[in-house]
Amino acid sequence: MIRLTDVIKEYPNGTHALNGLSMEIQDGEFVFMVGPSGSGKSTVIKLLIGEIVPTAGRVMVNGFSLTNIREWQIPHLRRTVGVIFQDFRLIEHKSVYDNMVFAMRAVGAGPKEVKKRIPYCLNLVGLENKGRRLPSELSGGEQQRVAIARALLNNPSTIIADEPTGNLDPARSLEIMRLLERINALGTTVLVVTHEKDLVNRFDKRVVMLERGQVVSDGHGYYGRNIQ
Amino acid sequence: MSRHNFFYFIREGAVNMFSHGFMSFASVGITVACLLIMGTFTLVAVNANAMLAEMESQNQVLAFVAEGMSEDEARGLEKALLAVDNVAKVTFISNKEAAAAFRDRYEDDALFQGLPDDNFRHRYAIDLKDIGYMRQTKEALEAVPGIGEGNVNAYEDEAAGFITIRNVAGIVCVVLIAVLFIVSVFIMANTIKLTTFDRRDEIAIMKMVGATNGFIRWPFVYEGFLMGVFSAVIGFFLQWGLYEAVARSVASNDTINLISVVPFESIWTYVAVIFAAAGMLIGVGGSLSAIRKFLQV
Repeated sequence: MIRLTDVIKEYPNGTHALNGLSMEIQDGEFVFMVGPSGSGKSTVIKLLIGEIVPTAGRVMVNGFSLTNIREWQIPHLRRTVGVIFQDFRLIEHKSVYDNMVFAMRAVGAGPKEVKKRIPYCLNLVGLENKGRRLPSELSGGEQQRVAIARALLNNPSTIIADEPTGNLDPARSLEIMRLLERINALGTTVLVVTHEKDLVNRFDKRVVMLERGQVVSDGHGYYGRNIQ
Repeated sequence: MSRHNFFYFIREGAVNMFSHGFMSFASVGITVACLLIMGTFTLVAVNANAMLAEMESQNQVLAFVAEGMSEDEARGLEKALLAVDNVAKVTFISNKEAAAAFRDRYEDDALFQGLPDDNFRHRYAIDLKDIGYMRQTKEALEAVPGIGEGNVNAYEDEAAGFITIRNVAGIVCVVLIAVLFIVSVFIMANTIKLTTFDRRDEIAIMKMVGATNGFIRWPFVYEGFLMGVFSAVIGFFLQWGLYEAVARSVASNDTINLISVVPFESIWTYVAVIFAAAGMLIGVGGSLSAIRKFLQV
Protein backbone atom coordinates (compact mmCIF):
# COMPACT_ATOMS: atom_id res chain seq x y z
CA MET A 1 0.00 0.00 0.00
CA ILE A 2 1.09 3.56 -0.73
CA ARG A 3 0.07 6.40 1.55
CA LEU A 4 1.17 10.03 1.41
CA THR A 5 -0.09 12.26 4.23
CA ASP A 6 0.25 16.08 4.11
CA VAL A 7 3.52 15.77 2.21
CA ILE A 8 5.55 18.91 1.61
CA LYS A 9 8.67 18.85 -0.51
CA GLU A 10 10.85 21.89 -0.88
CA TYR A 11 14.07 21.56 -2.90
CA PRO A 12 17.27 23.30 -1.79
CA ASN A 13 16.80 25.91 -4.54
CA GLY A 14 13.54 26.98 -2.88
CA THR A 15 11.12 25.26 -5.31
CA HIS A 16 7.98 24.03 -3.57
CA ALA A 17 7.26 20.80 -5.47
CA LEU A 18 4.61 19.38 -3.16
CA ASN A 19 2.34 21.47 -0.95
CA GLY A 20 0.56 19.23 1.55
CA LEU A 21 -0.22 16.39 -0.84
CA SER A 22 -2.24 13.47 0.52
CA MET A 23 -3.28 10.34 -1.33
CA GLU A 24 -3.58 6.61 -0.80
CA ILE A 25 -3.30 3.64 -3.15
CA GLN A 26 -4.55 0.29 -1.92
CA ASP A 27 -2.85 -3.01 -2.73
CA GLY A 28 -3.91 -4.32 -6.14
CA GLU A 29 -5.18 -0.96 -7.45
CA PHE A 30 -4.44 0.49 -10.91
CA VAL A 31 -4.03 4.25 -10.73
CA PHE A 32 -3.18 6.91 -13.30
CA MET A 33 -1.44 9.99 -11.97
CA VAL A 34 -1.82 12.94 -14.30
CA GLY A 35 -1.09 16.62 -14.30
CA PRO A 36 0.74 19.36 -16.15
CA SER A 37 4.51 19.84 -16.10
CA GLY A 38 5.70 21.05 -12.71
CA SER A 39 2.65 19.68 -10.93
CA GLY A 40 4.82 17.40 -8.74
CA LYS A 41 4.41 13.99 -10.48
CA SER A 42 8.15 13.31 -10.75
CA THR A 43 8.68 14.39 -7.16
CA VAL A 44 6.06 11.86 -6.04
CA ILE A 45 7.90 9.08 -7.92
CA LYS A 46 11.24 10.10 -6.43
CA LEU A 47 9.67 10.03 -2.98
CA LEU A 48 8.12 6.61 -3.54
CA ILE A 49 11.43 4.99 -4.53
CA GLY A 50 13.43 6.65 -1.76
CA GLU A 51 15.46 8.90 -4.01
CA ILE A 52 14.49 11.94 -1.95
CA VAL A 53 12.89 12.43 1.47
CA PRO A 54 9.92 14.70 2.21
CA THR A 55 10.46 18.06 3.88
CA ALA A 56 7.36 17.40 5.99
CA GLY A 57 4.52 14.90 6.13
CA ARG A 58 4.53 11.10 6.00
CA VAL A 59 5.17 8.69 3.14
CA MET A 60 4.52 4.95 3.53
CA VAL A 61 5.32 2.48 0.73
CA ASN A 62 4.79 -1.27 1.13
CA GLY A 63 5.35 -1.05 4.87
CA PHE A 64 8.40 1.24 4.70
CA SER A 65 8.15 4.68 6.25
CA LEU A 66 10.14 6.92 3.93
CA THR A 67 10.09 9.87 6.29
CA ASN A 68 12.77 8.33 8.49
CA ILE A 69 14.06 5.46 6.36
CA ARG A 70 17.66 4.36 6.98
CA GLU A 71 20.02 4.28 4.02
CA TRP A 72 20.51 0.52 4.28
CA GLN A 73 16.73 -0.03 4.07
CA ILE A 74 16.37 1.75 0.71
CA PRO A 75 17.54 -1.24 -1.43
CA HIS A 76 14.99 -3.42 0.38
CA LEU A 77 12.24 -0.89 -0.34
CA ARG A 78 13.24 -0.77 -4.02
CA ARG A 79 12.96 -4.56 -4.30
CA THR A 80 9.25 -4.18 -3.53
CA VAL A 81 8.78 -1.53 -6.24
CA GLY A 82 9.40 -2.12 -9.94
CA VAL A 83 10.06 1.09 -11.87
CA ILE A 84 9.56 1.66 -15.60
CA PHE A 85 10.84 4.78 -17.36
CA GLN A 86 10.01 6.53 -20.59
CA ASP A 87 13.54 5.92 -21.94
CA PHE A 88 13.49 2.17 -21.05
CA ARG A 89 16.95 2.35 -19.39
CA LEU A 90 18.24 -0.90 -20.85
CA ILE A 91 21.97 -1.64 -21.09
CA GLU A 92 22.70 -1.37 -24.80
CA HIS A 93 25.65 -3.74 -24.96
CA LYS A 94 23.86 -6.56 -23.14
CA SER A 95 21.28 -8.84 -24.72
CA VAL A 96 17.69 -8.83 -23.45
CA TYR A 97 18.41 -11.96 -21.42
CA ASP A 98 21.64 -10.50 -19.99
CA ASN A 99 19.83 -7.28 -19.08
CA MET A 100 17.45 -9.43 -17.05
CA VAL A 101 20.27 -11.46 -15.51
CA PHE A 102 22.03 -8.23 -14.59
CA ALA A 103 18.94 -6.95 -12.75
CA MET A 104 18.42 -10.21 -10.89
CA ARG A 105 22.05 -10.70 -9.91
CA ALA A 106 22.13 -7.11 -8.68
CA VAL A 107 19.83 -8.15 -5.85
CA GLY A 108 21.81 -11.31 -5.13
CA ALA A 109 19.61 -13.88 -6.91
CA GLY A 110 21.29 -17.24 -7.52
CA PRO A 111 21.71 -18.95 -10.91
CA LYS A 112 18.79 -21.36 -10.36
CA GLU A 113 16.41 -18.53 -9.54
CA VAL A 114 17.62 -16.59 -12.58
CA LYS A 115 17.03 -19.53 -14.93
CA LYS A 116 13.52 -20.01 -13.59
CA ARG A 117 12.30 -16.43 -13.33
CA ILE A 118 13.60 -14.80 -16.53
CA PRO A 119 11.75 -17.08 -19.01
CA TYR A 120 8.55 -16.60 -16.96
CA CYS A 121 8.79 -12.78 -17.11
CA LEU A 122 9.77 -12.72 -20.80
CA ASN A 123 6.83 -14.99 -21.53
CA LEU A 124 4.53 -12.68 -19.57
CA VAL A 125 5.44 -9.73 -21.80
CA GLY A 126 5.43 -11.84 -24.98
CA LEU A 127 9.16 -11.71 -25.68
CA GLU A 128 10.11 -15.30 -24.95
CA ASN A 129 11.83 -15.63 -28.34
CA LYS A 130 13.82 -12.41 -28.18
CA GLY A 131 16.12 -13.08 -25.26
CA ARG A 132 19.29 -13.13 -27.38
CA ARG A 133 18.54 -9.83 -29.15
CA LEU A 134 20.27 -6.58 -28.26
CA PRO A 135 17.94 -3.73 -27.23
CA SER A 136 18.90 -1.85 -30.40
CA GLU A 137 17.49 -4.73 -32.45
CA LEU A 138 14.04 -4.29 -30.89
CA SER A 139 11.26 -1.79 -31.57
CA GLY A 140 10.42 0.88 -28.97
CA GLY A 141 7.38 -1.07 -27.80
CA GLU A 142 9.44 -4.23 -27.41
CA GLN A 143 12.12 -2.38 -25.48
CA GLN A 144 9.49 -1.05 -23.10
CA ARG A 145 8.15 -4.59 -22.67
CA VAL A 146 11.68 -5.71 -21.75
CA ALA A 147 11.78 -2.90 -19.19
CA ILE A 148 8.44 -4.11 -17.80
CA ALA A 149 9.69 -7.71 -17.65
CA ARG A 150 12.79 -6.47 -15.82
CA ALA A 151 10.64 -4.52 -13.36
CA LEU A 152 8.71 -7.73 -12.63
CA LEU A 153 11.77 -9.92 -12.10
CA ASN A 154 12.05 -9.47 -8.36
CA ASN A 155 8.32 -10.03 -7.94
CA PRO A 156 7.51 -6.52 -6.68
CA SER A 157 4.17 -5.76 -5.08
CA THR A 158 4.04 -2.38 -6.86
CA ILE A 159 4.92 -1.20 -10.36
CA ILE A 160 5.53 2.50 -10.93
CA ALA A 161 5.60 3.55 -14.57
CA ASP A 162 6.89 7.06 -15.31
CA GLU A 163 5.56 8.14 -18.72
CA PRO A 164 5.94 4.57 -20.03
CA THR A 165 4.46 5.41 -23.42
CA GLY A 166 6.16 8.76 -23.94
CA ASN A 167 8.41 7.39 -26.70
CA LEU A 168 5.83 5.14 -28.39
CA ASP A 169 3.23 5.49 -31.12
CA PRO A 170 -0.46 5.21 -30.11
CA ALA A 171 -0.79 1.54 -31.08
CA ARG A 172 2.31 0.50 -29.08
CA SER A 173 1.20 2.74 -26.19
CA LEU A 174 -2.10 0.90 -26.02
CA GLU A 175 -0.27 -2.45 -26.03
CA ILE A 176 1.87 -1.35 -23.10
CA MET A 177 -1.14 -0.15 -21.13
CA ARG A 178 -2.95 -3.43 -21.76
CA LEU A 179 0.14 -5.28 -20.57
CA LEU A 180 0.23 -3.22 -17.38
CA GLU A 181 -3.50 -3.93 -16.95
CA ARG A 182 -2.78 -7.67 -17.22
CA ILE A 183 0.00 -7.39 -14.66
CA ASN A 184 -2.40 -5.54 -12.37
CA ALA A 185 -4.92 -8.33 -12.82
CA LEU A 186 -2.31 -10.73 -11.42
CA GLY A 187 -2.39 -8.73 -8.16
CA THR A 188 0.37 -6.15 -8.58
CA THR A 189 -0.40 -2.54 -7.68
CA VAL A 190 0.22 -0.30 -10.70
CA LEU A 191 0.79 3.46 -10.66
CA VAL A 192 1.14 5.02 -14.11
CA VAL A 193 2.31 8.61 -14.38
CA THR A 194 1.35 10.07 -17.73
CA HIS A 195 0.05 13.16 -19.46
CA GLU A 196 -1.54 11.31 -22.38
CA LYS A 197 -5.18 12.22 -22.06
CA ASP A 198 -6.46 9.99 -24.86
CA LEU A 199 -4.75 6.94 -23.49
CA VAL A 200 -6.05 7.49 -19.97
CA ASN A 201 -9.55 7.97 -21.33
CA ARG A 202 -9.49 4.52 -22.96
CA PHE A 203 -9.29 2.82 -19.56
CA ASP A 204 -11.84 3.02 -16.84
CA LYS A 205 -9.35 3.41 -14.00
CA ARG A 206 -8.84 5.66 -11.00
CA VAL A 207 -7.22 8.95 -12.05
CA VAL A 208 -5.40 11.19 -9.57
CA MET A 209 -4.72 14.66 -10.91
CA LEU A 210 -2.00 16.89 -9.46
CA GLU A 211 -1.61 20.61 -9.82
CA ARG A 212 0.89 22.86 -8.04
CA GLY A 213 1.92 20.03 -5.73
CA GLN A 214 -1.55 19.09 -4.56
CA VAL A 215 -4.23 16.57 -5.54
CA VAL A 216 -6.93 18.51 -7.36
CA SER A 217 -9.07 15.57 -8.44
CA ASP A 218 -9.23 11.88 -7.59
CA GLY A 219 -11.75 9.40 -8.95
CA HIS A 220 -12.69 6.99 -11.69
CA GLY A 221 -13.03 8.68 -14.97
CA TYR A 222 -11.25 10.49 -17.64
CA TYR A 223 -8.38 12.89 -17.44
CA GLY A 224 -9.51 16.40 -16.58
CA ARG A 225 -12.84 15.67 -14.90
CA ASN A 226 -12.90 17.05 -11.37
CA ILE A 227 -14.53 14.44 -9.22
CA GLN A 228 -12.96 15.17 -5.83
CA MET B 1 29.18 -13.17 0.68
CA SER B 2 27.76 -16.34 -0.87
CA ARG B 3 29.89 -18.54 -3.14
CA HIS B 4 27.90 -17.76 -6.30
CA ASN B 5 28.12 -14.04 -5.55
CA PHE B 6 31.90 -14.29 -5.10
CA PHE B 7 32.36 -15.92 -8.51
CA TYR B 8 29.86 -13.51 -10.02
CA PHE B 9 31.88 -10.52 -8.73
CA ILE B 10 35.14 -11.97 -10.04
CA ARG B 11 33.56 -12.68 -13.43
CA GLU B 12 31.93 -9.24 -13.62
CA GLY B 13 35.20 -7.58 -12.61
CA ALA B 14 37.10 -9.45 -15.33
CA VAL B 15 34.39 -8.87 -17.95
CA ASN B 16 34.24 -5.15 -17.09
CA MET B 17 38.00 -4.91 -17.38
CA PHE B 18 38.07 -6.42 -20.86
CA SER B 19 34.87 -4.78 -22.09
CA HIS B 20 36.37 -1.34 -21.32
CA GLY B 21 39.66 -2.38 -22.86
CA PHE B 22 41.11 1.02 -23.69
CA MET B 23 40.41 2.53 -20.26
CA SER B 24 41.75 -0.60 -18.57
CA PHE B 25 44.83 -0.45 -20.74
CA ALA B 26 45.31 3.21 -19.74
CA SER B 27 44.92 2.39 -16.03
CA VAL B 28 47.31 -0.54 -16.20
CA GLY B 29 49.81 1.49 -18.26
CA ILE B 30 49.80 4.37 -15.78
CA THR B 31 50.09 2.06 -12.79
CA VAL B 32 52.98 0.18 -14.44
CA ALA B 33 54.72 3.51 -15.08
CA CYS B 34 54.26 4.59 -11.46
CA LEU B 35 55.40 1.20 -10.15
CA LEU B 36 58.47 1.40 -12.38
CA ILE B 37 59.34 4.89 -11.17
CA MET B 38 58.80 3.88 -7.53
CA GLY B 39 60.67 0.61 -8.06
CA THR B 40 63.59 2.32 -9.76
CA PHE B 41 63.97 4.86 -6.96
CA THR B 42 63.73 2.12 -4.36
CA LEU B 43 66.32 -0.03 -6.12
CA VAL B 44 68.66 2.96 -6.46
CA ALA B 45 68.22 3.53 -2.72
CA VAL B 46 68.82 -0.17 -1.98
CA ASN B 47 72.03 -0.10 -4.02
CA ALA B 48 73.15 3.18 -2.42
CA ASN B 49 72.50 1.67 0.99
CA ALA B 50 74.44 -1.47 0.08
CA MET B 51 77.35 0.61 -1.15
CA LEU B 52 77.28 2.74 1.97
CA ALA B 53 77.21 -0.39 4.13
CA GLU B 54 80.25 -1.66 2.27
CA MET B 55 82.00 1.68 2.69
CA GLU B 56 81.07 1.62 6.37
CA SER B 57 82.64 -1.78 6.73
CA GLN B 58 85.85 -0.41 5.24
CA ASN B 59 85.84 2.50 7.66
CA GLN B 60 88.07 0.87 10.22
CA VAL B 61 89.35 2.25 13.51
CA LEU B 62 93.04 1.81 14.34
CA ALA B 63 93.93 1.22 17.99
CA PHE B 64 97.67 1.54 18.69
CA VAL B 65 99.15 -0.57 21.43
CA ALA B 66 101.22 1.30 24.06
CA GLU B 67 104.93 1.64 23.31
CA GLY B 68 107.22 -0.91 24.84
CA MET B 69 104.73 -3.80 24.73
CA SER B 70 106.04 -7.02 23.21
CA GLU B 71 104.14 -8.67 20.34
CA ASP B 72 102.82 -11.40 22.66
CA GLU B 73 101.58 -8.83 25.18
CA ALA B 74 99.97 -6.84 22.37
CA ARG B 75 98.24 -9.94 21.02
CA GLY B 76 96.89 -10.54 24.52
CA LEU B 77 94.72 -7.43 24.24
CA GLU B 78 92.50 -8.97 21.57
CA LYS B 79 89.88 -10.38 24.01
CA ALA B 80 89.60 -7.09 25.88
CA LEU B 81 89.10 -5.19 22.62
CA LEU B 82 86.49 -7.66 21.36
CA ALA B 83 84.61 -7.20 24.63
CA VAL B 84 84.08 -3.49 23.90
CA ASP B 85 80.51 -2.65 22.83
CA ASN B 86 79.95 -2.07 19.09
CA VAL B 87 83.17 -3.87 18.10
CA ALA B 88 82.46 -6.35 15.30
CA LYS B 89 85.94 -7.64 14.46
CA VAL B 90 89.56 -7.00 15.46
CA THR B 91 92.63 -7.74 13.34
CA PHE B 92 96.07 -7.66 14.88
CA ILE B 93 98.81 -5.94 12.85
CA SER B 94 102.29 -6.33 14.23
CA ASN B 95 104.85 -3.52 13.95
CA LYS B 96 106.70 -5.57 11.30
CA GLU B 97 103.59 -5.89 9.14
CA ALA B 98 102.81 -2.20 9.61
CA ALA B 99 106.35 -1.22 8.62
CA ALA B 100 106.26 -3.47 5.57
CA ALA B 101 102.94 -2.00 4.46
CA PHE B 102 104.29 1.51 4.95
CA ARG B 103 107.40 0.77 2.93
CA ASP B 104 105.29 -0.79 0.17
CA ARG B 105 103.14 2.30 0.00
CA TYR B 106 106.15 4.58 -0.37
CA GLU B 107 108.39 2.24 -2.36
CA ASP B 108 109.52 5.07 -4.62
CA ASP B 109 110.74 7.15 -1.69
CA ALA B 110 114.19 5.99 -0.56
CA LEU B 111 113.94 8.06 2.62
CA PHE B 112 111.28 5.75 4.07
CA GLN B 113 112.80 2.45 2.95
CA GLY B 114 115.35 2.44 5.75
CA LEU B 115 112.93 3.04 8.61
CA PRO B 116 113.41 0.42 11.31
CA ASP B 117 110.45 -1.75 12.40
CA ASP B 118 110.73 -0.48 15.95
CA ASN B 119 109.57 2.93 14.80
CA PHE B 120 106.15 1.38 14.26
CA ARG B 121 103.80 0.22 16.98
CA HIS B 122 101.69 -2.91 17.14
CA ARG B 123 98.12 -2.08 16.33
CA TYR B 124 94.63 -3.43 15.84
CA ALA B 125 92.39 -2.71 12.87
CA ILE B 126 88.89 -2.68 14.35
CA ASP B 127 85.63 -2.99 12.44
CA LEU B 128 82.59 -1.47 14.12
CA LYS B 129 79.03 -2.76 14.05
CA ASP B 130 77.55 0.74 13.72
CA ILE B 131 79.69 3.71 12.82
CA GLY B 132 77.04 5.98 14.31
CA TYR B 133 78.56 5.16 17.74
CA MET B 134 82.13 5.82 16.68
CA ARG B 135 82.86 8.49 19.30
CA GLN B 136 81.62 6.35 22.22
CA THR B 137 83.46 3.30 20.90
CA LYS B 138 86.65 5.27 20.50
CA GLU B 139 86.43 6.36 24.16
CA ALA B 140 85.74 2.79 25.27
CA LEU B 141 88.73 1.51 23.26
CA GLU B 142 91.00 4.16 24.78
CA ALA B 143 89.91 2.96 28.21
CA VAL B 144 91.29 -0.54 27.52
CA PRO B 145 94.56 -0.99 29.49
CA GLY B 146 97.42 -1.18 27.00
CA ILE B 147 95.82 1.21 24.52
CA GLY B 148 95.40 4.52 26.30
CA GLU B 149 94.02 7.94 25.53
CA GLY B 150 94.95 9.42 22.18
CA ASN B 151 96.00 6.07 20.74
CA VAL B 152 92.86 5.38 18.74
CA ASN B 153 92.52 6.81 15.25
CA ALA B 154 88.85 7.10 14.41
CA TYR B 155 87.60 9.00 11.40
CA GLU B 156 84.59 10.51 13.09
CA ASP B 157 83.97 13.21 10.48
CA GLU B 158 84.00 10.68 7.63
CA ALA B 159 81.66 8.41 9.61
CA ALA B 160 79.29 11.29 10.25
CA GLY B 161 79.42 12.06 6.50
CA PHE B 162 78.41 8.49 5.65
CA ILE B 163 75.56 8.61 8.12
CA THR B 164 74.31 11.93 6.73
CA ILE B 165 74.39 10.58 3.16
CA ARG B 166 72.52 7.43 4.19
CA ASN B 167 69.91 9.36 6.16
CA VAL B 168 69.32 11.91 3.39
CA ALA B 169 69.09 9.15 0.77
CA GLY B 170 66.63 7.28 2.98
CA ILE B 171 64.41 10.32 3.54
CA VAL B 172 64.47 11.32 -0.15
CA CYS B 173 63.56 7.76 -1.09
CA VAL B 174 60.68 7.53 1.41
CA VAL B 175 59.30 10.94 0.37
CA LEU B 176 59.55 10.09 -3.33
CA ILE B 177 57.87 6.72 -2.85
CA ALA B 178 55.08 8.29 -0.77
CA VAL B 179 54.50 11.04 -3.35
CA LEU B 180 54.52 8.60 -6.26
CA PHE B 181 52.21 6.23 -4.41
CA ILE B 182 49.68 9.00 -3.78
CA VAL B 183 50.00 10.13 -7.41
CA SER B 184 49.42 6.54 -8.58
CA VAL B 185 46.30 6.12 -6.43
CA PHE B 186 45.02 9.47 -7.67
CA ILE B 187 45.63 8.59 -11.33
CA MET B 188 44.14 5.11 -10.91
CA ALA B 189 41.11 6.62 -9.13
CA ASN B 190 40.62 9.10 -11.94
CA THR B 191 41.00 6.47 -14.63
CA ILE B 192 38.55 4.12 -12.90
CA LYS B 193 36.28 7.12 -12.34
CA LEU B 194 36.15 7.51 -16.11
CA THR B 195 35.22 3.86 -16.56
CA THR B 196 32.70 4.22 -13.74
CA PHE B 197 31.28 7.33 -15.38
CA ASP B 198 30.97 5.29 -18.55
CA ARG B 199 28.89 2.81 -16.57
CA ARG B 200 26.83 5.26 -14.52
CA ASP B 201 23.66 3.99 -16.24
CA GLU B 202 24.40 0.43 -15.16
CA ILE B 203 24.98 1.62 -11.60
CA ALA B 204 21.73 3.61 -11.70
CA ILE B 205 19.86 0.49 -12.90
CA MET B 206 21.42 -1.59 -10.15
CA LYS B 207 20.36 1.01 -7.58
CA MET B 208 16.88 1.16 -9.10
CA VAL B 209 16.27 -2.57 -8.82
CA GLY B 210 17.43 -2.59 -5.21
CA ALA B 211 21.11 -3.53 -5.26
CA THR B 212 22.97 -2.64 -2.08
CA ASN B 213 25.99 -0.33 -2.26
CA GLY B 214 28.20 -3.23 -1.22
CA PHE B 215 26.95 -5.37 -4.08
CA ILE B 216 27.53 -2.57 -6.59
CA ARG B 217 30.99 -1.87 -5.21
CA TRP B 218 32.41 -5.42 -5.31
CA PRO B 219 32.79 -5.88 -9.10
CA PHE B 220 34.62 -2.53 -9.27
CA VAL B 221 36.86 -3.56 -6.39
CA TYR B 222 37.72 -6.83 -8.14
CA GLU B 223 38.28 -4.95 -11.38
CA GLY B 224 40.71 -2.60 -9.60
CA PHE B 225 42.31 -5.58 -7.88
CA LEU B 226 42.80 -7.47 -11.16
CA MET B 227 44.20 -4.39 -12.89
CA GLY B 228 46.55 -3.87 -9.93
CA VAL B 229 47.76 -7.48 -10.17
CA PHE B 230 48.26 -7.19 -13.95
CA SER B 231 50.15 -3.94 -13.44
CA ALA B 232 52.32 -5.54 -10.76
CA VAL B 233 53.19 -8.54 -12.96
CA ILE B 234 54.01 -6.40 -16.01
CA GLY B 235 55.86 -3.86 -13.86
CA PHE B 236 57.90 -6.57 -12.16
CA PHE B 237 59.18 -8.08 -15.40
CA LEU B 238 59.90 -4.65 -16.91
CA GLN B 239 61.74 -3.65 -13.73
CA TRP B 240 63.75 -6.85 -13.86
CA GLY B 241 64.74 -6.23 -17.48
CA LEU B 242 65.60 -2.61 -16.79
CA TYR B 243 67.64 -3.49 -13.71
CA GLU B 244 69.60 -6.19 -15.51
CA ALA B 245 70.29 -3.84 -18.42
CA VAL B 246 71.60 -1.13 -16.08
CA ALA B 247 73.63 -3.68 -14.09
CA ARG B 248 75.22 -5.01 -17.30
CA SER B 249 75.99 -1.51 -18.50
CA VAL B 250 77.56 -0.57 -15.12
CA ALA B 251 79.64 -3.75 -15.13
CA SER B 252 80.92 -3.16 -18.64
CA ASN B 253 81.74 0.53 -18.15
CA ASP B 254 85.32 1.08 -16.99
CA THR B 255 84.69 4.52 -15.54
CA ILE B 256 81.87 3.44 -13.23
CA ASN B 257 82.81 -0.15 -12.58
CA LEU B 258 83.75 0.76 -9.01
CA ILE B 259 80.01 0.81 -8.31
CA SER B 260 78.84 -2.61 -7.24
CA VAL B 261 75.23 -3.50 -8.15
CA VAL B 262 73.20 -5.75 -5.85
CA PRO B 263 72.29 -8.88 -7.89
CA PHE B 264 68.58 -8.96 -8.78
CA GLU B 265 68.43 -12.64 -7.78
CA SER B 266 69.04 -11.64 -4.18
CA ILE B 267 66.21 -9.09 -4.05
CA TRP B 268 63.59 -10.35 -6.54
CA THR B 269 61.27 -11.74 -3.87
CA TYR B 270 61.12 -8.38 -2.09
CA VAL B 271 60.54 -6.58 -5.39
CA ALA B 272 57.76 -9.04 -6.34
CA VAL B 273 56.01 -8.77 -2.96
CA ILE B 274 56.27 -4.96 -2.89
CA PHE B 275 55.05 -4.64 -6.49
CA ALA B 276 52.13 -7.01 -5.84
CA ALA B 277 51.13 -5.20 -2.64
CA ALA B 278 51.51 -1.73 -4.19
CA GLY B 279 49.63 -2.77 -7.36
CA MET B 280 46.73 -4.24 -5.40
CA LEU B 281 46.58 -1.27 -3.03
CA ILE B 282 46.62 1.21 -5.90
CA GLY B 283 43.95 -0.78 -7.80
CA VAL B 284 41.58 -1.39 -4.90
CA GLY B 285 42.15 2.05 -3.36
CA GLY B 286 41.62 3.73 -6.71
CA SER B 287 38.40 1.87 -7.49
CA LEU B 288 36.95 2.41 -3.99
CA SER B 289 37.62 6.11 -4.22
CA ALA B 290 36.19 6.26 -7.77
CA ILE B 291 32.95 4.39 -7.08
CA ARG B 292 32.03 6.36 -3.94
CA LYS B 293 30.61 9.32 -5.85
CA PHE B 294 28.47 7.17 -8.14
CA LEU B 295 26.74 5.36 -5.29
CA GLN B 296 24.87 8.54 -4.34
CA VAL B 297 22.04 7.80 -6.81
